[in-house]
Amino acid sequence: MIRVVLPQHLKTLARVDGEVTLVVDAPVTQRSILDALEARYPMLRGTVRDHATQRRRPLVRFFACEEDVTHDSPDEPLPQAIATGAEPFLIIGAIAGG
Amino acid sequence: MTGVRVLVGTKKGAFVLTADGKRRDWKVAGPHFTGWEVYHLKGSPADPKRIYASQTSSWFGQIIQRSHDGGKTWETPGSSPEDLRDAKTGWPKGESNKFVYDTSARGRPLTTHQFYDGTQKPWEFKRVWHLEPSQENPDVAYAGVEDAAIFKTTDGGKSWSELPGLRGHESGPRWQPGAGGMCLHTILLDRNDPKRIFTAISAAGAFRSDDGGASWKPINRGLKSQFIPEPTAEVGHCVHRIAMHPSRPNVLFMQKHWDVMRSDDAGDTWYEISDNLPTDFGFPIDVHAHEPDTIFVVPIKSDSEHFPPEGKLRVYRSRTGGNDWEPLTKGLPQRDCYVNVLRDAMCVDSLDPCGIYFGTTGGQVYGSADGGDTWAPIVRDLPGVLSVEVQALA
Repeated sequence: MIRVVLPQHLKTLARVDGEVTLVVDAPVTQRSILDALEARYPMLRGTVRDHATQRRRPLVRFFACEEDVTHDSPDEPLPQAIATGAEPFLIIGAIAGG
Repeated sequence: MTGVRVLVGTKKGAFVLTADGKRRDWKVAGPHFTGWEVYHLKGSPADPKRIYASQTSSWFGQIIQRSHDGGKTWETPGSSPEDLRDAKTGWPKGESNKFVYDTSARGRPLTTHQFYDGTQKPWEFKRVWHLEPSQENPDVAYAGVEDAAIFKTTDGGKSWSELPGLRGHESGPRWQPGAGGMCLHTILLDRNDPKRIFTAISAAGAFRSDDGGASWKPINRGLKSQFIPEPTAEVGHCVHRIAMHPSRPNVLFMQKHWDVMRSDDAGDTWYEISDNLPTDFGFPIDVHAHEPDTIFVVPIKSDSEHFPPEGKLRVYRSRTGGNDWEPLTKGLPQRDCYVNVLRDAMCVDSLDPCGIYFGTTGGQVYGSADGGDTWAPIVRDLPGVLSVEVQALA
């Protein structure tokens, strides 16, 4: 199982507490995690990736194993610790604005 | 009528204010959608318990919310268990926040508009500014969005489709953003003619459709905007708001960037009615529920000083369909007041006497239960108010 940590606003929107767990087929990538997340929680579609372009929203960032992987290719395999669920995949709302 | 429900959108959530018909004692519920900007909420005239809300964020984009119980509980349309699987494909839908421009035949040739620097820029969806539910069907509503376009839902907000004839008008490439973005902020539906729709865009102007939104014409003749290269151009005017009385749909009132205007021919021509206002800059304009010639504006000092002249918060009322304005001050702060009142932040109820409400960027919502003669704050310390709508409850 893949573990995903959502920012608080998206937890509220998806009506979940704590981490989200997802079944994701290998290879585990940013894209495959987000596809699974949106399939499980359709109300999150468009909130992490733009509906029209499927590109990451500018003020959303991704972290894996204490590394910022935001600018990696969405199809690059994530670390094994993410794929095994030992570490969570973090979706972060950038600290900006008021 | 037994009472009123005031729907307030703010920079950090939504609030629902309720009172009985006397409109003296108020209950404040909320915030809903805490921490998100709520540009607009509006109830369905056909089913007052059905309310649509536009929840938006620079981080996470656009969300549409819907209530079936007058704003007590909310859902993202299409996300109930039975909605989540399409009968044919078996895939989840969840497209209530999908506002994608139509790039078919009508939209494709016009996928750019003019940007601040004069270059052409692709249309890019940012947020929903205004929601206008249909008069007849609670599942039908229109959405005015930034970058300027109009969308329609016929399934209660589960999915939205653009009416591309507006953005596809030949003038589209000449539209450009105002300081607040290129937003379609006003949608007026004619109760007597379901095919007639009015819209207003900053900074393109006003447009009218007579065929249910399939085709549109600019209705800006008579407007003069000294800040654009051609002051009487067909498009390019920064219209801040238009309003009508439902009994007289051919008479429109407009608060433009500068100038308060009136049309007696459904927007085909306009003339100025600013007269003795202390300044003719402002954002909202509205019409008394029972007196089609009584209109309200809130003068703001200028486009660079977005606060009331002299620090005095004054609503101005004309009882003559424009001109001959009188200041309404009783109960409003008359010193040291430097708030703004945004374009969607004033409304009237249909009780007798007519109630008027407005919200400020300082977080106050003021109400008058006597047609504007006297005012009192309903609530003083909300986040900055983006929109105010009211429903009269049976």
